[in-house]
Amino acid sequence: MAGADSDDSLYPIAVLIDELRNEDVQLRLNSIKKLSTIALALGVERTRTELLPFLTDTIYDEDEVLLALAEQLGNFTMLVGGPEYVHCLLPPLESLATVEETVVRDKAVESLRKISHEHSPVDLEVHFEPLVKRLASGDWFTSRTSACGLFSVCYPRVSSTVKAEIRQHFRTLCSDDTPMVRRAAASKLGEFAKVLELEYVKSDIISLFTALASDEQDSVRLLAVEAGVSIATLLPQEDLEALVMPTLRQAAEDKSWRVRYMVADKFSDLQKAVGPEITKNDLVPAFQNLLKDCEAEVRAAAANKVKEFCENLPEDSRETIIMTHILPCVKELVSDTNQHVKSALASVIMGLSTILGKDNTIEHLLPLFLAQLKDECPEVRLNIISNLDCVNEVIGIRQLSQSLLPAIVELAEDAKWRVRLAIIEYMPLLAGQLGVEFFDEKLNSLCMAWLVDHVYAIREAATCNLMKLVEKFGAEWAQNTIVPKVLGMANDPNYLHRMTTLFCINALSEVCGQEITTKHMLPVVFKMSNDQVANVRFNVAKSLQKIGPVLDSNCLQTEVKPVLEKLASDQDIDVKYFAQEAISVLSLA
Amino acid sequence: STFKSLPIPWSERRRKKLRKRERDFEFSAWHFLAFSQMRVCVCLCTDVSAQEQPELFLKKLQQCCAVFDFMDTLSDLKMKEYKRSTLNELVDYVTVSRGYLTEQAYPEVVKMVSYNIFRTLPPSDSNEFDPEEDEPTLEASWPHLQLVYEFFIRFLESQEFQPSIAKKYIDQKFVLQLLELFDSEDPRERDYLKTVLHRIYGKFLGLRAFIRKQINNIFLRFVYETEHFNGVAELLEILGSIINGFALPLKAEHKQFLVKVLIPLHTVRSLSLFHAQLAYCIVQFLEKDPALTEPVIGGLLKFWPKTCSQKEVMFLGELEEILDVIEPTQFVKIQDPLFKQISKCVSSPHFQVAERALYYWNNEYIMSLIEENSNVILPIMFTSLYRISKEHWNPAIVALVYNVLKAFMEMNSTLFDELTSTYKSDRQREKKKEKEREELWKRLEDLELKRSLQSDGIIPT
Repeated sequence: MAGADSDDSLYPIAVLIDELRNEDVQLRLNSIKKLSTIALALGVERTRTELLPFLTDTIYDEDEVLLALAEQLGNFTMLVGGPEYVHCLLPPLESLATVEETVVRDKAVESLRKISHEHSPVDLEVHFEPLVKRLASGDWFTSRTSACGLFSVCYPRVSSTVKAEIRQHFRTLCSDDTPMVRRAAASKLGEFAKVLELEYVKSDIISLFTALASDEQDSVRLLAVEAGVSIATLLPQEDLEALVMPTLRQAAEDKSWRVRYMVADKFSDLQKAVGPEITKNDLVPAFQNLLKDCEAEVRAAAANKVKEFCENLPEDSRETIIMTHILPCVKELVSDTNQHVKSALASVIMGLSTILGKDNTIEHLLPLFLAQLKDECPEVRLNIISNLDCVNEVIGIRQLSQSLLPAIVELAEDAKWRVRLAIIEYMPLLAGQLGVEFFDEKLNSLCMAWLVDHVYAIREAATCNLMKLVEKFGAEWAQNTIVPKVLGMANDPNYLHRMTTLFCINALSEVCGQEITTKHMLPVVFKMSNDQVANVRFNVAKSLQKIGPVLDSNCLQTEVKPVLEKLASDQDIDVKYFAQEAISVLSLA
Repeated sequence: STFKSLPIPWSERRRKKLRKRERDFEFSAWHFLAFSQMRVCVCLCTDVSAQEQPELFLKKLQQCCAVFDFMDTLSDLKMKEYKRSTLNELVDYVTVSRGYLTEQAYPEVVKMVSYNIFRTLPPSDSNEFDPEEDEPTLEASWPHLQLVYEFFIRFLESQEFQPSIAKKYIDQKFVLQLLELFDSEDPRERDYLKTVLHRIYGKFLGLRAFIRKQINNIFLRFVYETEHFNGVAELLEILGSIINGFALPLKAEHKQFLVKVLIPLHTVRSLSLFHAQLAYCIVQFLEKDPALTEPVIGGLLKFWPKTCSQKEVMFLGELEEILDVIEPTQFVKIQDPLFKQISKCVSSPHFQVAERALYYWNNEYIMSLIEENSNVILPIMFTSLYRISKEHWNPAIVALVYNVLKAFMEMNSTLFDELTSTYKSDRQREKKKEKEREELWKRLEDLELKRSLQSDGIIPT
């Protein structure tokens, strides 16, 4: 190693390669992650002639090391001497693209795609495309799977003879005899179609799509659905009916629920791809069927799309279609036997009100909202409540408030604390929409009750909620309604509740301002510094530190400082610690 | 009848849901009609003459193509009961009768079985079905399904059964659908499927390669794509007996299956559910061809669990099974990497891992192999053993380690003494090497920094 300092490029490769061979996987992994450093030390020429051949030969390693290697090589172009030499990276990446482990292979393909753009058109034909062909005709399925992801990146930049070969290879892989390869081909079919000339989309892609969509394995068929959506966007309107629709119709009625689920999941994209006429004639009935599917999974996926589907219907017939075809199905879903279906619906149903307008909402949707607000499953009720803003814009929330209140109360008292937590989080939103009067009358007591919940997370959220309410309703409202109640808890026999007073003060002092803090809150804090429970006392110190910035300097010096000094000489070690910390943060020492 | 009627367990969601069977509805409906019209109260075996029996057999097979909705527990109760008793009759008939299997019967049998058992399996009840934790969802239509499977097995096992006729109907497509059913959550169904597939593999020579290839695909998808398939243990059990029958020398296809499919199966999270069957298959392979020891152990070491101690214990168990049958010539080839791993295991802070590895020294055959090669193994093991004999938190482990050290001392006292005396200087040498590594990397990083500054044009070259 001596002497290496004088000439950087003369690092003995053996030393560096020893690092890449270290017996400890972790060390090997670290070295691979710093491969660019090693390459830099070697210089571009030795990286090409010595490092890359070594990497290509020693490909048998732990998958984690291989993954790091595959990633590194995607960013190696400059380190081998720029685009002119980028093809040197192909041999190690080719080996990595044949590895069994999916994540390694996918990463190798990703890197290959990346560096393909750095190839000149000539290099692409001389070096890259032959690699794709070798992978596509590999013995083991892994290399053929990897090839599927590489066709689309080289196709646009090669000669027409080579293009014809690429199309042929893709065709072969679409009918490969292992389903793994057919799945890979099906998942890349849409992408490949996008780079093909329209005539070949019509002649080649359509037949491949049709074949994959009727594959014997549902795992292949369902991937064809997504490809179908991409293909539909490429074709002129007049060809859709003949070329794509028969297959898509068949997919929507496939005997496997997984395929139908996929159709439901991609329904909005599909709708945009095929345009308004086909939507009216074909997709509406298909959507109705999916909403009535026998598997809950499919119904839930379709229910999720109700709003988007309705939104994207052609304007001239939107209302009629919704009222006569979609709404009856939606009505049935409101009382579905499966809670996931109901809750999927509840998360979007409110969005229909903006589409249908005031009168229809009141007459048709409102009863559904009300029914869902009374649903046995809390998630359904929560989803309705969390989307109230959509309805608020159309009919105002008053229409709902009668039913809203019992629903909120029930959720507020739900036995599951996560449900209570969720409803607390919507409180500020609700308060804004319902107005201060309604809030004071109906909801204020709930918000106060959460402060003494037996779960800490709820008390904490309730504290934060109070702060947001004050931001909405103002300091004066705070002083009249919540501050007295909060301060009252300082005398509670339960020390946890006394601490909640302190937490509330922490949260409220800033939004309430200096006057209320100094006049009303501070005396209570001072009084609590004599509390017999140490936890309360050190929280007093923390509170003083927190509210200090709100107070004026005179008050800090004359009132806060003595209290903190007293606490700093407390018997309890934690009280001392936090008091001292507060003194130093507030610069009172 | 030999079949107990099992209670139908139900889950809340399934019970409420009306599930249409996913199949050819029109055909079912037609058969359903036919079913009620043709309802004949004659018993196949006892009520009609021997000449009339084959025709009635066909009729009853056709009747049983009608499939009922068991999600709705109250519908068609009489019909369901009638089908159940008909199926029972069919089972008895194929068991006791002679001369019943006419050529026309084959397609009807396969059709009836297909209509009843082939279906798209429903989504799992729990979002993430965990076979180790969750109760499986049992198949609601089991009262019929069980009899259909029972009937089919008796049919396949019947003395009159002729594969040469049946192969027209029990073809690749049939087998493919059968294999997909192995994903059923119901262990009772998978158990029947196992027997069915085993019989088909035994009787249809033309389907064997195809079956093996499809199982291959199922496993590869399981390992590399979904990590979910309920019937892995059952398929491995069948494979265990298939491997047993492989002819020697093993074909390249079979070796590839071992290395590229069976070994990677060890990486799956739910290994504990099928590990016993998997280890059995591996050992079967090694007993057939000991030359496979090196790739197998190399593979296990490559996939050795990094974070899951429970799996590590399983790996150690499997390794012991392999060592039990290993040939001394093979042992020499793999002892170096193998004992490097074992040395890591004995010093594992998880005492079950350390304990499982230390138990190897209670195995007489392994002990004899270690003894023969103590020159190689002792230096590999010594450092870990010496260190944990002083440091391990668990006294039971420390005691076991003392025994192992003692055994080594008796085996090769000269080498042992040498290692003890160089222990300290070896540690120091290691530390020094470590420091050199750090310095190397520091210099490399400085260099990188310098170069990047240069390329940014801050320092002129």
